[in-house]
Amino acid sequence: MSNSLLTRRGLLKTSAVAGAGLALPTIFTSGARAFTNDPTGGTVTLGFNVPQSGAYADEGADELRAYELAVEHLNGGGDGGMLNTFSSKALEGNGILGKKVEYVTGDTQTKSDAARASAKSMIEKDGAVMITGGSSSGVAIAVQGLCQEAGVIFMAGLTHSNDTTGKDKKANGFRHFFNAYMSAAALAPVLKNLYGTDRTAYHLTADYSWGWTQEESIAAATEAMGWKTAEKVRTPLGAGDFSSYIAPVLNSGADVLVLNHYGGDMVNSLTNAVQFGLRDKQVNGKNFEIVVPLYSRLMARGAGKNVAGIHGSTNWHWSLQDDASKAFVKSFGTKYGFPPSQAAHTVYCQTLLYADAVARGGSFNPCSVAEALEGFEFDGLGNGKTLYRADDHQCFKDVLVVRGKENPTSEFDLLEVVEVTPAAQVTYDADHPMFAGGALGACNPGA
Amino acid sequence: MLGLNKTDSKFLLIVILLTLFTPFLMQPFAADSGLDQFNGGYPDLMQKVAIFGIFAVGFNILFGLTGYLSFGHAAFLGMGSYAAVWMFKLLTMNVIPAILLSMIVSGLLAVIIGYISLRRSGIYFSILTLAFAQMCYKMAYSVLTPITNGETGLQLSLSDPRILDGATESTSLPVTNIFGLAMNSSYKLEALNRVFTFNVGFYFCAVIAIIAFYIAIRLFRSPFGMMLRAVKSNQTRMNYMGLNTKPYTLAAFVISGMYAGLAGGLLAAMDPLAGADRMLWTASGEVVIMTILGGAGTLMGPVLGAGVIKYLENIFSKINESVLHSWFHWLPDGLEEVVVWVFARFTGEGWHLTLGLTFMLVVTFLPGGLVEGIKRLKKLTKRGGKPKDKLDAPDPEHTPTPSKHVV
Amino acid sequence: MDAILLQILNGLDKGSAYALIALGLTLIFGTLGVVNFAHGAIFMIGAFCAVTLSRLLSLSFETIDPTKTDFLGNPATIKTPYVEAWFGPEFGSAMIDWAVPLAILFSIPVMIAVGFIMERGLIKHFYKRPHADQILVTFGLAIVLQEVIKYFYGANPISTPAPEVFKGSFDFGVMFGFDPNAIIYPYWRMVYFLFAAVVIGAVFSFLRFTTFGMVVRAGMADRETVGLLGIDIDRRFTIMFGLAAAVAGMAGVMYAPILSPNYHMGMDFLVLSFVVVVVGGMGSLPGAVAAGFLLGILESFASMNEVKSILPGIDQIVIYVVAIIILLTRPRGLMGKRGVMEE
Repeated sequence: MSNSLLTRRGLLKTSAVAGAGLALPTIFTSGARAFTNDPTGGTVTLGFNVPQSGAYADEGADELRAYELAVEHLNGGGDGGMLNTFSSKALEGNGILGKKVEYVTGDTQTKSDAARASAKSMIEKDGAVMITGGSSSGVAIAVQGLCQEAGVIFMAGLTHSNDTTGKDKKANGFRHFFNAYMSAAALAPVLKNLYGTDRTAYHLTADYSWGWTQEESIAAATEAMGWKTAEKVRTPLGAGDFSSYIAPVLNSGADVLVLNHYGGDMVNSLTNAVQFGLRDKQVNGKNFEIVVPLYSRLMARGAGKNVAGIHGSTNWHWSLQDDASKAFVKSFGTKYGFPPSQAAHTVYCQTLLYADAVARGGSFNPCSVAEALEGFEFDGLGNGKTLYRADDHQCFKDVLVVRGKENPTSEFDLLEVVEVTPAAQVTYDADHPMFAGGALGACNPGA
Repeated sequence: MLGLNKTDSKFLLIVILLTLFTPFLMQPFAADSGLDQFNGGYPDLMQKVAIFGIFAVGFNILFGLTGYLSFGHAAFLGMGSYAAVWMFKLLTMNVIPAILLSMIVSGLLAVIIGYISLRRSGIYFSILTLAFAQMCYKMAYSVLTPITNGETGLQLSLSDPRILDGATESTSLPVTNIFGLAMNSSYKLEALNRVFTFNVGFYFCAVIAIIAFYIAIRLFRSPFGMMLRAVKSNQTRMNYMGLNTKPYTLAAFVISGMYAGLAGGLLAAMDPLAGADRMLWTASGEVVIMTILGGAGTLMGPVLGAGVIKYLENIFSKINESVLHSWFHWLPDGLEEVVVWVFARFTGEGWHLTLGLTFMLVVTFLPGGLVEGIKRLKKLTKRGGKPKDKLDAPDPEHTPTPSKHVV
Repeated sequence: MDAILLQILNGLDKGSAYALIALGLTLIFGTLGVVNFAHGAIFMIGAFCAVTLSRLLSLSFETIDPTKTDFLGNPATIKTPYVEAWFGPEFGSAMIDWAVPLAILFSIPVMIAVGFIMERGLIKHFYKRPHADQILVTFGLAIVLQEVIKYFYGANPISTPAPEVFKGSFDFGVMFGFDPNAIIYPYWRMVYFLFAAVVIGAVFSFLRFTTFGMVVRAGMADRETVGLLGIDIDRRFTIMFGLAAAVAGMAGVMYAPILSPNYHMGMDFLVLSFVVVVVGGMGSLPGAVAAGFLLGILESFASMNEVKSILPGIDQIVIYVVAIIILLTRPRGLMGKRGVMEE
């Protein structure tokens, strides 16, 4: 090894040349493609990036089932599911733009790092032209950022934080799922009818960004209708035993407990709260109540009977009786033997919406897809009339307020829909302060 | 050569060649061979192997030489990443200052944690380091969110100042580079029905990894290294001889902390996002496992361990049932279902099971780790006199052993 | 004042869980000298004993009820548990209701068997290997056990309620003249605390007052000499391993109603249990128990709003802060023995 090979002058020269050749730095410089992973053969590859290990593995598994179903329907197999009820008729059941849909899967592990690594391998190794999935907001935001840089479309899975289409919104990212603000806007009127305007709320909040946005949203909405907020207490993620946070609630003067938890934390905090007998107590002459703003049926099972009579909101539920929901439940239930979860529904919709946007725009180019999705109004995917807003790439649709069933008839029949809050009531301005601080930027087609 | 004896020079040369030819070595299967799922020659995985190799080599300087088992090295990795991303946000997208800062910052953190933790030894030391790292993680995830961006991880944004880079009107985020050469630019060579990717970022990591490896060899062979080994074999005797061992162990701790910081900085340089998960105890555990799996106290072992674990994580987790069906579609229907079911337990969502079984099998049958396995292979083939044995292990297709699962 | 009393109650309960897990871990780790990363997995398997028994008791035969329909519009199937058919609906449903306490009986033989198999089949070969090898093999084992449970039970937490009788909470405050609802405490948690006290007491008396216990304690102190005296210490250590597994398993069973079991709960407790054992001091059973209660109570105090408003986020890290302080002021933890795992 001699040092003479790498003289300073030589190094400068090389980097100057390289720099000039890369005036437009791109992630994947390869050939003369118009955009990243332009599908050239008879197939197109989509990347399904879902949690397969860790706390959300079951939700991930359900998402994967829905993706497989969507791919089957796009390729013309099965009974077509919601393709038959979808208001846009650009898809013909022959794949996307005549290309057969194939897919790759990966494990996000519900960690930003692992999720990005998995998405990167899909883009770099498998040539995926779109990434979708996920079961937490941190992962969604991290992967959305990656897709923006790489120049592929990201169709978010289950992500409820305001930030995903708020301060961290990206031009290449799209969210079908609802968000914390919408949960609050839908829940508040129902809570007002049920519990009146003279109430004091006590918040227990998971101590990370999703928890904070939900706490902020719920507190704002309930305070607007006259409720007071006694205390906002942050709890460590995965605290396990919540007794030391729940025990002081009764003596604080509050008569409503709001649990801003999701997943395992929600199961444990709710179980603990019911175990302490909070719901049998009287405070300020009123019955003590518990609210779980974001419900997931899969997770509600973990809390068992404790969910009975407790209100919350959800993106979609299989018991809805519109044609689209019925068609989806039928084709999912026939294939797998049980009804789909809201996570399954949202990712199925996202896949269809992406395929449809490609078909309408006539190209897999992310910019064409984005243009086709922006301001797109559609119906027939189970949430009524829906708008994909151009300003922040958030879907606006009806939100369900649900209640835990007192007497479930089966292990899937845990929630009942109390009210379908119309989209107009949960719509907010694009420059709402809770969503401020970010910029969409321009769509990035990559190479 | 470069102050190394003949054996070590040869060793280093082999390592250099292996590293430089990684894009070929990790792409052994042709695109249409059906086994291309096992190819790992894409930039992200190659970078990860090199970076975690650095991390594990650094960890081994502490653990392999002194025997002090730190369970908190992830704190330095995470700290390095945060420092690097902040550098990208505030100063410039050039990776050199970022990496330097990440080494300095984690070195300082290592001085503090090391100074306190090294007052105890054995398991008490391990738990002290673990406690410090968990504190860093918990704080980064929640209270320190303004600095770390908590759950999502610290990201770049268009509004960052980046003083040295000057203002740009671009609507897309800048990319990390070294004097203008973007880390993510690649050259693709299509030959032999394979696509070989030569990625700037990977070669940058590779060069640093080689330098880091060279320094580690020098350390292992130096009087300082001898001193550390002496600490491992009998610290009490050293103290009786009137030697204060603490400066030596502290130096080893700080050096290995800086290696971890370097790895963290490189992670951020390849992909400018720093997540709190990097500091979690499982991440500390991962590097311990990498080192032991490969062979603690050996030079090549930790790198091998890092390669195997990252390979399993990235390749096995992506083999889903539809891939398996495409492999075994030639089997009769009933049999196909059975074979796919068996394989599906070990791949896709079952990749953790493969990981766990690999740990158990390796440690049970190869005390001394994968390096021990290579030595045994070498013994077996010694008559054939193949000097290229070291090539065998990083070669990915030797790691998964599907034949074992069928039985 | 009432808030502090309340948190002491909470802390005792948390502490009893920590103490039980740490007790089992100390029996293996502090005395046999094996770093057992699979201990959390044993705790998890204990919790799943409760789930399994409750599933076994709820095993049902299906009848078709044509008057109702399921979610696809087909005739609904009605499930009737066998126990209700055999013992009558009332006694049958009471059995299902009492699944968790019954699971204690079920778990003891299962967990002892698990412990024996682990020790004879795997750990035995690692007594003389470096701690690093023990970590790797037990960590691998923990992952394998987790994945097996995940395959059979899924990843979501599974609701495992305590019997109806223990629903609700007891108002301690009224007894001592505080306002109603000031100090309430759930019945099941009181049961848990008493249970933990009984188990801890039983383990201590077993080691102190039986010949077997004496030999084991002698073996911990000087394994070689005991072996030279012609006593088969290995066999006794196997039994100790089974005992440790049973203690951790029972802790898991009784904890199931407090924390709905999921397949990774063991990993969540693993780090914590190691911290507790080391803070207590290596090789000391009383140390482990004391450290468990100490950390439980301090963690509860740290989660009080008054404390959090002064030191935000302190509840996240209090255990680690306390661990560092104790290890720096007392070199071998609270009651550690000189020379155990100090190299």
